[in-house]
Amino acid sequence: MNKLKNLNKFTFTNIQSYGIVLLAFIIIFPLQKAGLLGNQISGLLVPTCTYVVMAISLSLTVGFLGELSLGHAGFMSVGAFSGVVCAACLQNSIASDPLRLLIAIIVGGFFAGVAGLVIGIPVIRLRGDYLAIVTLAFGEIIKNIMNCLYVGFDKNGIHFSMTSAEALGLIDAKPILNGPNGAQAITKISTFTSGIILIVVALFIVLNLVNSKTGRAVTAIRDNRIAAESVGIGVTKYKLTAFIISAVIAGMAGALYAMNFSTIKPTKFDFNTSILILVFVVLGGMKNIPGVMIATIVLYAMPELLRGFASYRMLIYAIVLILVMLATNSSGAKQFFEKISSKIKKDENADVQNGGVSNG
Amino acid sequence: MDKSRMVPVPSNAIMPERDIDKTPILETHHLGIDFGGLTAVDELSLTVGKTEIAGLIGPNGAGKTTVFNLLTNVYQPTRGTIMLDGKSTARKTTAQVNRMGIARTFQNIRLFNNMTVLDNIKVGLHNSINQPLGASITRLFGYRASEKKSREEALQLLSFFGMENMANMQAGSLPYGAQRRLEIARALATHPGIILLDEPAAGMNPSETAELMENIRRIRDEFQIAVMLIEHDMSLVMNICEGICVLDHGKVIAKGSPEEIKANPAVIEAYLGKKKEAN
Ligand SMILES: Nc1ncnc2c1ncn2[C@@H]1O[C@H](COP(=O)(O)OP(=O)(O)OP(=O)(O)O)[C@@H](O)[C@H]1O
Ligand SMILES: [Mg+2]
Repeated sequence: MNKLKNLNKFTFTNIQSYGIVLLAFIIIFPLQKAGLLGNQISGLLVPTCTYVVMAISLSLTVGFLGELSLGHAGFMSVGAFSGVVCAACLQNSIASDPLRLLIAIIVGGFFAGVAGLVIGIPVIRLRGDYLAIVTLAFGEIIKNIMNCLYVGFDKNGIHFSMTSAEALGLIDAKPILNGPNGAQAITKISTFTSGIILIVVALFIVLNLVNSKTGRAVTAIRDNRIAAESVGIGVTKYKLTAFIISAVIAGMAGALYAMNFSTIKPTKFDFNTSILILVFVVLGGMKNIPGVMIATIVLYAMPELLRGFASYRMLIYAIVLILVMLATNSSGAKQFFEKISSKIKKDENADVQNGGVSNG
Repeated sequence: MDKSRMVPVPSNAIMPERDIDKTPILETHHLGIDFGGLTAVDELSLTVGKTEIAGLIGPNGAGKTTVFNLLTNVYQPTRGTIMLDGKSTARKTTAQVNRMGIARTFQNIRLFNNMTVLDNIKVGLHNSINQPLGASITRLFGYRASEKKSREEALQLLSFFGMENMANMQAGSLPYGAQRRLEIARALATHPGIILLDEPAAGMNPSETAELMENIRRIRDEFQIAVMLIEHDMSLVMNICEGICVLDHGKVIAKGSPEEIKANPAVIEAYLGKKKEAN
C-alpha cells in the first residue's frame, strides 16, 4: 500500500502538471479561434506561456538544485535575441512560420545553454549568497552586452558589431539587433499553440529529470552535499548539468517571447524580470511544479488584466517576497509553519490508519 | 613474526599474517595532518587486508574521525601517502576516491533525509547505473532497463538489512537504528573495496549492537570486502575486529590483535584507564 501511495505521488504531480496545460489549452484555444477573446487577453497568451516556461526552468535551479539564481532573465535575453537573429536570417529561406519558429527556439536554447555553461563554470563553485550575487551580476552583464550588440544580415551574410549600426556596413538591409533599441521589425510568429507546446516540452524535461539518475544526484547534492560526495557523485558536474538545462529552457522561452512582439529591447530582461520569475517560483512552492505554474498564471496574468492594480504590482511583489523570506528564514516563523504542517501530517496519518483499520 | 607486529617494518599490517596471503586494500604511510598549530594526526602508517575487519580506537578527540576524513580526501593530508588497492589517492576528490573503492558512514548520520529509503540507495548506486543524461530526460535509450536494475539492486541491498518494508519511507523519518543501517547500505551500494564505519554502534541498545556486530561480519563475508570501524564500544571492537589500531593525541600508540591490545599497558593507561575514570 505504501508502494502504491508513493507511485501515486509521483504520477499525481505529472497528471496535475500536464492537466493544467491541457485544461488551459482546451478552454482557451476554441475561444481564441472563435475570436471571443479580447485583444488584451489574446496579447497575454504567449507572454503567460513564456513566463510559465521560465518559472518551470527556474524551479529546476532554485527548487531542485537549491541555488538562488538572480539572473535568470539573462538567459531569456540570450535566447530571445539569438532566436530573433536566427528567424530573421531564415526569413527568406524558410517559408513555413512554425518551422522557422522551431529552429529559432532551438537556436535560442542552444545559445542560452552556452551562456549557462560559461556562467555556470565559475558560479557553480560558489555557495548560497555568493552564487546569488554573482548570477545577479551576470544577468546585468548580459543585459549590457545586448545593449551594445549590433547584428545585421544581408546578401553577404551575417554581420556583427559592438560599436554602431553603421559599422555593420549593411547593403540594402536594416540591422536586426540595433543596440539599445533592441530588435526591431520582428516578424511575429509565436502562437498560443507553440507556447503550449513549449510548456509541455519544458515539463517533459524537468519532470523526467527529477525521477532519473541525474535528478536523484541533484536532489541528493541539495539534501546533503557531503554525503553525496561520499557516494561518488561529482557535485560540480551535476550542479552544472542542472544549471545548463535550466538555462536552455529559459533560452527557448526567451525566443518564443521575443517573437510575439514586433520590437523588443534588451532592458526588458533586467533584474526586475529575474525577480518576477523568482517570485512566481517561490510563491508557487519552489519545486512544486503545478504550484509554480498556477502561481505564474495567476500572478502574471491577473495584474495585467487589472490595469489599475498593475502600477502597484512591483510594490506588492516586493512586500510578498519579503514576507515569504521572513516566513522561510526566521526561526520563529519556521517553527510556526512546522507546527502547522506536522499537525496536518498527523491528521493525514490518522486518516490513513483509520482507513486501514476499517478496511481490515 | 609475532614480535614484529608492533613495528612498522617489515610490514605496517595491523595483522601481518593476513597481509601474507592477501594484498592490502588500504595502506597509509607516515600520514599526518595539521590544523593550524594542532597536529591532529601524525605518523600514521597502517595496512588493512582485503577482507580484514579492522578497528580504530582511541579516546575522544584522538583524531579517529580525522583519519577517516583523510582516507576519503575530505581533508588533504599535510604529510604522507594513502594507497587504495595499490593506487595513490593524492589529489583526488572525495567522489573520485569513492569510485576508487572506499565508502564510509558518518559519526553524525548523513542521509538524504528528504528522499525515500529506496532513493537513498539508488543514489549510492549512482556510478554503477548506466543511464546517460539523454536517457534521463527522454525516458528512452534504456531508461526503463536501468531504472529497473537499480531498483532491483537497491531492494536487494535493503533486504540484506531486513529493510525492504521501509523502502518507500522518508529516510529522515526512520527510527535511529534503521537510519544507521541505511547509511551502511548506501555506502555498500557504491561497490567499495573497503567500508569505513564511524561509530556505527553509537546510541544503540545492546540487542541492536549485537545485530550490528552480526551485520558487520556478514558484510565482510558476503561482499568480501574490508571493514574499518571506529567504535567506543569495547566489547564490540574486541569481539569482531581482527586487528586494532589505537590512537591517542593523533599518534598510534598500539597495533595488534584484540588480546594484545587488551594487555597493552600504554593502551590501558591512555584509553581504558581514562574510560574507567570517566565512569
Ligand atoms: N576541520 C578541523 N579544523 C580544526 N581542528 C579539527 C578539525 N577537525 C578535527 N579537528 C581537531 O582534531 C582533533 C581530532 O578530532 P576527531 O574528530 O578526529 O576526533 P575523534 O577521535 O573522532 O573523537 P570522537 O571520539 O569524539 O569522535 C580534535 O582536537 C579536533 O578538534
Ligand atoms: Mg569522531
